[in-house]
Amino acid sequence: MNLNFLDFEQPIAELEAKIEELRYVGSDNEINISEEITRLQTKSRDLTRSIFTGLKAAQVAQLARHPQRPYFMDYIERIFEDFEELHGDRAYADDKAIVGGMARIDGKPIMIIGQQKGRDTKEKVQRNFGMPRPEGYRKALRLMEMAEKFKLPLLTFIDTPGAYPGVGAEERGQSEAIARNLFVMSKLQTPIISTVIGEGGSGGALAIGVCDRLLMMQYSTYSVISPEGCASILWKSAEKAAEAAEAMGLTADRLKELELVDTVIEEPLGGAHRDVDITAQNMKAALLQTLEHLQTLPTDKLLEQRYSRLMQFGNYTE
Amino acid sequence: MNWFTKLLPTRIRTESSTERKSVPEGLWSKCNSCSAVLYRADLERNLDVCPKCDHHMRIGARHRIDSFLDPEDRVEVGSNLKPVDALKFRDLKKYKDRLLQAQKATGEDDALVVMKGKVKGVPLVVASFEFKFMGGSMGSVVGERFVRAVNTCLEENIPLVCFSASGGARMQEALFSLMQMAKTSAALTKLSQRHLPYISVLTDPTMGGVSASFAMLGDIHIAEPNALIGFAGPRVIEQTVRETLPEGFQRSEFLLERGAIDMVVDRRDLRDKVANLLSMMQHTTAA
Repeated sequence: MNLNFLDFEQPIAELEAKIEELRYVGSDNEINISEEITRLQTKSRDLTRSIFTGLKAAQVAQLARHPQRPYFMDYIERIFEDFEELHGDRAYADDKAIVGGMARIDGKPIMIIGQQKGRDTKEKVQRNFGMPRPEGYRKALRLMEMAEKFKLPLLTFIDTPGAYPGVGAEERGQSEAIARNLFVMSKLQTPIISTVIGEGGSGGALAIGVCDRLLMMQYSTYSVISPEGCASILWKSAEKAAEAAEAMGLTADRLKELELVDTVIEEPLGGAHRDVDITAQNMKAALLQTLEHLQTLPTDKLLEQRYSRLMQFGNYTE
Repeated sequence: MNWFTKLLPTRIRTESSTERKSVPEGLWSKCNSCSAVLYRADLERNLDVCPKCDHHMRIGARHRIDSFLDPEDRVEVGSNLKPVDALKFRDLKKYKDRLLQAQKATGEDDALVVMKGKVKGVPLVVASFEFKFMGGSMGSVVGERFVRAVNTCLEENIPLVCFSASGGARMQEALFSLMQMAKTSAALTKLSQRHLPYISVLTDPTMGGVSASFAMLGDIHIAEPNALIGFAGPRVIEQTVRETLPEGFQRSEFLLERGAIDMVVDRRDLRDKVANLLSMMQHTTAA
């Protein structure tokens, strides 16, 4: 498999290339070089481990946007059963940047909603690179309210560079669509678990992310603005994105320290794309555990806790 | 320029020229729409609306509240809340220094001022943005003061009016500022459950995280004429779609046309308008 190595992974890439070469030689030679291959594989693993223990925020941001990173629908097929996709906002269109519908997790019916980026160019365009328009948020809203009505726990999955900044999106009320979701989610009478699986880009992410518990994949990011956007405004240069990423502390570990995130879900060594099945298993376990806990709470208690959780966000002196 | 200033190195010369510019500040203002030169005191009496062309200039938070509320029975809410730099955020400047600079320039601790009072005898709470404080950006103090405004309304059973003027979330508070969107929107659910009116007055500019949270959650949305209101900034949109934007795009009148707001109201008529709307929503006699 071509792993599409990122720049900071180059030493690993070189080692892996060497292993490939040896394998090739090994297959048409009688010489036994399997020992050498094993040695190099151990070396590659150690190297990966050492590179991945000291990742900078900007490098995590690269991983979060890795072209092979699993997207929402990759997880749907691995975690849930009987997924029934539901389309459209009943008013304007079906926004394919947001996918939603009913499914089961371990046999229990739930509602799932998430942003979906595209894999190839055609799908990327169709999904608008995972940037929803107002009709996407309104479809999500419709499904949220349906979840409440039929007492289905709501699981949302965040992976977007942000809400789409386009003329039509503004004309149809992007701001109002996002605001409405924040309002409704904060009082929705069913448990809500949100998981950041890739990029958590600003208000466009939060619009499906008001929740009882916030989970983040180890190499996902969540921030108020993209590092590039932040750098171009505050540093007056998009090239300072790495510094901006560091300053904003957009990684799962940092946000856990700041108590903005409840659980960090471990990814395989080298990132989720190295082993999507294992990643999905980890995520499923975390979802089930969180869900089980939330379902023991009576609804009024749940909403009370959600409200006080929201109210305690912020730093100030008095 | 005399012979002495000519002798000075350029660097020093520039400094002295900015100093000279700041000296006679304040007596006259120029309308940035029709370029009319206006006497500052006249302009203030006219609520920073150009008497020649009716252009609505940006108005400070206190001046706004002062002209909107009745003079009696005013109580400020949440003024003891002060911002902190919990993340030790530093871009080209430290956030701490940016705060100090903004505080010195505006005389405010943060970008939102909340005041309980009356408009034409109708008791209410008013929240008003100070755009000059870091572009009216929403950080933790803005969020918390907004929540205190809502809580005061709940305690006293009175409506809320918010005048927004903001570039959006405050990047220096990173994800904490994003969470203020959820926090303020959640607080409004309580107001709604109690059937207390909330009027959102959108003024120039209301963008990003403020527009995509409480500013767009009013029972009634009023905009001042020609205010820039939207989610993404026009420059960002232009870069994304690579075309020039239509005339009047994201302006109040455009939003009215698209159904996003209820009405466009001249600043000088806001007191009457709000008092009348509130009295109907609360079944009281016209003020």
